[in-house]
Amino acid sequence: MSKPPLLEIKNLRVEFPTRHGTLVAIDDLSLHIAPGEVLGVVGESGAGKSMTGAAIIGLLEPPGRIAGGEIIFDGQRIDNLPDEKIRQIRGRHIGAIFQDPLTSLNPLHTVGRQITDTIAAHLPLTARQARTRALDLLGEVGIPAASERIDHYPHQFSGGMRQRVVIALALCADPKLIIADEPTTALDVSIQAQIIVLLKRLCSQHGSAIMLITHDMGVIAETADRVAVMYAGRVGEVGPVSEIIHNARLPYTIGLMGSIPSIGEEVDRLVQIDGSMPRLNETPPGCRYHPRCPKVFDRCKTERPELIPAGPSRVACWLYEDPTEVPALDLVHSAAARKAGDSPHSRGGAPAATLIEAKGLKQYFDVSPPLLTRILERTGRRIVQAVDGLDISIKRGETFGLVGESGCGKSTVARTIVGLFNATAGTISYNGASLSTREERARNLSVQHKIQMIFQDPQASLNPRWRVFDIVAESIPKSRRSLAGGVKERVGELLRQVGMSPLDGDKFPHEFSGGQRQRISIARALGGEPEFLVCDEPTSALDVSVQAQILNLMVELQRTLGLTYLFISHDLAVVHHISTKVGVMYLGRIVEWSATQQLFTRPLHPYTRMLLDAVPDISKTGTMRSQVEGEVPSPIDPPAGCSFHPRCPFAQDRCRAEVPESIMAEGTAIACHAVQEGRLPAWRAP
Amino acid sequence: MISYILARVLQSFVVMLCVAAISFSLFTYVGDPIANLVGIQSSDEKREELRESLGLNDAVPVQFARFVGRAVRMEFGISYQQKRSVASIIAERLPATLELSILSALIALGIGIPAGIYTALRRESWFSHFFLSASLVGVSLPTFLIGILLIFTFSVHFHLLPSFGRGEVVQLGFWSTGLLTASGLKALIMPAITLALFQMTLIMRLVRSEMLEVLRTDYIKFARARGLSNRTVHFGYALMNTLVPVITITGLQLGSIIAFAIITETVFQWPGVGLMFIQAISEVDIPVMSTYLLLIASFFVIINLTVDLLYYFVDPRLRVGRDVRA
Repeated sequence: MSKPPLLEIKNLRVEFPTRHGTLVAIDDLSLHIAPGEVLGVVGESGAGKSMTGAAIIGLLEPPGRIAGGEIIFDGQRIDNLPDEKIRQIRGRHIGAIFQDPLTSLNPLHTVGRQITDTIAAHLPLTARQARTRALDLLGEVGIPAASERIDHYPHQFSGGMRQRVVIALALCADPKLIIADEPTTALDVSIQAQIIVLLKRLCSQHGSAIMLITHDMGVIAETADRVAVMYAGRVGEVGPVSEIIHNARLPYTIGLMGSIPSIGEEVDRLVQIDGSMPRLNETPPGCRYHPRCPKVFDRCKTERPELIPAGPSRVACWLYEDPTEVPALDLVHSAAARKAGDSPHSRGGAPAATLIEAKGLKQYFDVSPPLLTRILERTGRRIVQAVDGLDISIKRGETFGLVGESGCGKSTVARTIVGLFNATAGTISYNGASLSTREERARNLSVQHKIQMIFQDPQASLNPRWRVFDIVAESIPKSRRSLAGGVKERVGELLRQVGMSPLDGDKFPHEFSGGQRQRISIARALGGEPEFLVCDEPTSALDVSVQAQILNLMVELQRTLGLTYLFISHDLAVVHHISTKVGVMYLGRIVEWSATQQLFTRPLHPYTRMLLDAVPDISKTGTMRSQVEGEVPSPIDPPAGCSFHPRCPFAQDRCRAEVPESIMAEGTAIACHAVQEGRLPAWRAP
Repeated sequence: MISYILARVLQSFVVMLCVAAISFSLFTYVGDPIANLVGIQSSDEKREELRESLGLNDAVPVQFARFVGRAVRMEFGISYQQKRSVASIIAERLPATLELSILSALIALGIGIPAGIYTALRRESWFSHFFLSASLVGVSLPTFLIGILLIFTFSVHFHLLPSFGRGEVVQLGFWSTGLLTASGLKALIMPAITLALFQMTLIMRLVRSEMLEVLRTDYIKFARARGLSNRTVHFGYALMNTLVPVITITGLQLGSIIAFAIITETVFQWPGVGLMFIQAISEVDIPVMSTYLLLIASFFVIINLTVDLLYYFVDPRLRVGRDVRA
């Protein structure tokens, strides 16, 4: 190595003393970051990524403590510094950015005060100079009208803008290293793109190195120089980004990469790593990955592997012990990657009948202030037009993917279709039966039972005080309960269908991992013998390897039970993987809708193109994305005409005045004046 | 801003009207006021005449309107037992209760808030453990028992403090104060502590748990990660955010200090409105009872109104509109 590293972690060990003994959260971890380098740290939740970051800046949550090893920053050992000394390094030499911009700022102080407070803590500047510097920083991170905005409170900023303020705060004393812990996870794809570009540009301008902690391989792929893959408190593999993504060596990395759906390729089944990350109190001996590893042999179970060189990377795996012998690991392509042919996009067969259809669906919510306020402040009613004239039709056996950024109304669509909300206007019909109003749903109860829902958060959607048996049994219709076989057999069958054991029925939801809980949710939904499942972000709360398990399960169930899905997600790659048709939503309307392959290879609507441009994807390693402008406007006061026009590069006067009609052409429905007038340039894939 | 205040004031009026209705129904439906005014021997005609002349035969809404009208003019009628106007009895008694309550509130806040902060920041120190265990006593022992124990210790055993009464008072216009004489101050100590103890422990525990909650938030973590000093983090960031919910609860507690003074005043024979209320109950003195009800309700309403307005100044999220811009 030519330059000495900026940060060097040697054999770090972090322990949590608890009543039941000491838990080792990070075990013998070594890493280094060169000046100006972007090191990506990836891994699933519980791998110890964030804890490593917290240990560096001395902010481990008590009772966690550094029990061994050294952290050397810029030639100085910092893990054993007294509180006051490490405080002076935090913010001054090592900055930090956390996940959620909505909660990272103190709600009671103006952003200007928070920046000047931080500057005053580190730099010998007067109050006036500090304010000038704060203004410069806000301008630098791209906050328009900074001189006015500096005196605003955090709640007056949108999520994306708040994350810009957070970046300004992290950079305000020009630190040499930024620890960015999931800096874009809470943001929408288009905002995510803006923040990543900004962060990278600023750090290269200021010469700061970044330790980028994330579970999102797409973000890592286009941002990092080197990547460290963590598993259960240890580094499993570390190497240049292209090596890790295209030429992974550790079986875990290979599985992880295969389990990430990508827009660039089509597979029928994702690579599935069975099981989940071990909990801290039950870490297995030897290699911690061995219970899940397909290449496991005896030595893995007893002896712990250390990082050893393998090509340009370093891997902690016994397979690579002999440097002359390169093991052939064809995990990805043997297990999955049955290309095209059998992929969901080209499946199909005979054209099926329409199962569910919604026409002119509207769902408005009244969020008006009280009458008195309206009179005194002369404001009118405020209506959130969450869904505003949506047409959708789904054929039997299809998977209809609905994508869009947060606030576009996709979850409201799900809830309205299921009947949790009473539609403001429009019709919903299911297999010929009308379900537009509450009364109609009550009359057609047997039809209503055919529609079930799976929610995003399996933790919140299962009653914690009920046993799994009761949760699943509740959904079995009364008419079925008296039948031969009884409820007990039926619940056992349902649990087996989702890959669990009937014995699990006696346990409570908290005894299961996130993925298993989502399986229970699915079993509950299946109890009503549905034909149509509405899935609202069913995998967003899960780790990628678990997401792959659930997606595979859903595909399998669709095949065996002939289910039809409405699959709602913000993740384009997941929707691409699972859907046969995709609709793109923007501010309460579907702007484009077509067969999956068509949408992803020949997108028409400028918004669809923007999303595809913005999405971080592992197939885009090393490329720089195009900048995306603006944020989603509020659905309370949507822009006139085409609601996308303020962000659209092709907007003309007509777009600003006239709402575009959705027009069907070649199996694609599109609502865009530019497309209909034929003035949209052809699509170049990024 | 104006609509916010106006809405709160309007709400307060509605609450006061409801309380007035309850207080009025005491007159109308509990016992017969005439029976309290005339002798046993008086004839039915005489009673009917009196009923007519006092307007008791009018429609109930008319009587209620009259009641509210009088209450607004501070006319609350004549006490059945003392044959004096209730307003003047209360004016005479109120300073004693207010002095006691305000001093208790100051003790509760003055010790409760710093102790809450201290126990939140130094969770492991033995002082915190001591405070927390001691505070258990404060919440679990009933007020009257604490009062009696104090009397037993400091009056009966050590003869240090008087066991009842206000001591010597000085008349400042309409206000009689015990704060200016040594015996008045001495008499105030034990009742004030008795009354403050429960609120103090409550405030301490509330501040502590809120502070611990706030210290776990992301913005505190981020503030530490920026290298702000502990002082700024604890007092500039954490304490401010702790105060928002604490203000609400302490406001409500202040109201209940005044209301709960009944028990303390009884134990220490403190000549305030609480003691007056207890006496009124035993004598079925309905005008006094209903006026006391109105008085306490108006205290609660005023305090709540103040709390709502304070909120407005502490929390910019209420003050500044959400004109979220991209």
